[in-house]
Amino acid sequence: MLEISKLVKRYGRDEPVLKELDLVVEGNSVVSIVGASGAGKSTMLRCINRLVEPTSGSIKLNGQELVNLRGAALRRARRKIGMVFQGFNLIDRLTVMENVLAGRLGYVSLYQAISRRYPQADIERAFTLMERVGIAHYANKRADALSGGERQRVGVVRALMQEPEVLLADEPTASLDPRTSEQIMKLLQSLASELSLPVLINIHNVAQAKAYTERIVGLRHGKMIFDGTPADFTREALDAIYGGIEAPDEDEGEDTKKPALATRKEVTDDPL
Amino acid sequence: MTRSDVDATGRRTWRKPPFIANPWLRYGLWLAVVAYLIWAFGSLPFNWARIGEGLPRAARIFGGGFPPSFERGGLLLTGFKESFQIAILATLLGVMLSIPFAVMAARNVAPMPVYLLGRAVIIVSRSFHPVIVAILFVAAVGFGPLAGILTLTLYSIGFVGKLLAEEIEEIDWGQVEAMKATGAGYLATLFYAVFPQILPRQVGLSMYQLDSNLRASAVVGIVGAGGIGGTLMNAFGRYDYDFAFAILLIIIAVILVSEGISGWVRKKIW
Repeated sequence: MLEISKLVKRYGRDEPVLKELDLVVEGNSVVSIVGASGAGKSTMLRCINRLVEPTSGSIKLNGQELVNLRGAALRRARRKIGMVFQGFNLIDRLTVMENVLAGRLGYVSLYQAISRRYPQADIERAFTLMERVGIAHYANKRADALSGGERQRVGVVRALMQEPEVLLADEPTASLDPRTSEQIMKLLQSLASELSLPVLINIHNVAQAKAYTERIVGLRHGKMIFDGTPADFTREALDAIYGGIEAPDEDEGEDTKKPALATRKEVTDDPL
Repeated sequence: MTRSDVDATGRRTWRKPPFIANPWLRYGLWLAVVAYLIWAFGSLPFNWARIGEGLPRAARIFGGGFPPSFERGGLLLTGFKESFQIAILATLLGVMLSIPFAVMAARNVAPMPVYLLGRAVIIVSRSFHPVIVAILFVAAVGFGPLAGILTLTLYSIGFVGKLLAEEIEEIDWGQVEAMKATGAGYLATLFYAVFPQILPRQVGLSMYQLDSNLRASAVVGIVGAGGIGGTLMNAFGRYDYDFAFAILLIIIAVILVSEGISGWVRKKIW
């Protein structure tokens, strides 16, 4: 169970990106988070595995507080949080298998990692998961030789290798063509129920959010302004979330178009 | 108000805008350059009579170099062998040591104090020409190849380290985030997310550095750091211009061959 309460994130002295956000995700539910660019979706997701440092508030995963963790304790907590990225973020020059096994880096020793001597159980798990998503025959191919959809499958398998207790997906389909992105959404949906894993998906495509998730959370200016089932997600909710501007055409049953947002540039780049 | 790009007959013209917009500054700079050149040539002590005397002597030296003499092949061979050994060893050592220093000197992966230390090492090892460093090392460890190896290792650390650090600063950060998100430690993240991204650049730089060290090993030999440079210096000192000329020819040939090989390897691996 993931419990976020009063989460605030402020970059520098700017207006906070997240303003006392509360969200509870239980069991193996698939939750999609929608909102315009800059609404704080990415920031919220990244606060959970601390790729972004929260300014204040609390995030608890199965009872463990994540916000104040440091060093080795933080790394141990991160192992339990899988993440799938919009740009896949695979290691391009390594093979698919190496990328998949990289999901175990939080568990193996440095020597095992560098020499690629992963435990037998990890290799077994890697093959099982790769077979499940249909990429096992690419095991020894370089990651950058795969197509977008295949690469995102590698990304998903890498996250699942962590044996996560929650899966975060930051716009997992935004770099993919419509058909492939539906396949990935379906995959996330079915994996969530197979592995009884809660999944949080940031997504721009409202039609896909309605089709593949059982709960939709709408963010606007760092506040939650909608929380309900796809059935509750009406035209009014859509207008409220996206400000009524440039209303997306999804309601007409055209599910391949993304909301025509002016820019895709999120303001959430890791400042490091 | 008329538009400046329409002339009297109504045709539209276009000219590239000058690099320096202010005409006073533009022509003033030219004037300053000309004035400096006149002043410099006027004030530097060129002894034209001495230069006139020297020219025939230069011609005699070059004349003495023809035909180049390859008679003392044994000496040539040992000299070059030592130069190669110095260059290859220094490249291996330098490239290996440059990796940790590059990581230290990359702002995105090193904390501030470490970054400053890494930068300092690189700046120090880059601030002197190898010949000056070689003089210091010859004084410190005596004549011979060890001084040459130390010199070129330091030189390689500076050059490769600096360029690698810049490469690390430009990597795709998403891969690093992905490794962090799995709970990987600092070193595992380096080995998985950083090193694969800089590998082609690393190989290219190593090849270039081997090339460069071969060249430099001949030069540092002149100040006593071993290798063919010492042989060359002795040949000049004993007025064996034909032998010296032979050495120069072989240096050119070696550089040409190494340039060809490194170009080929870099193209293959990129």
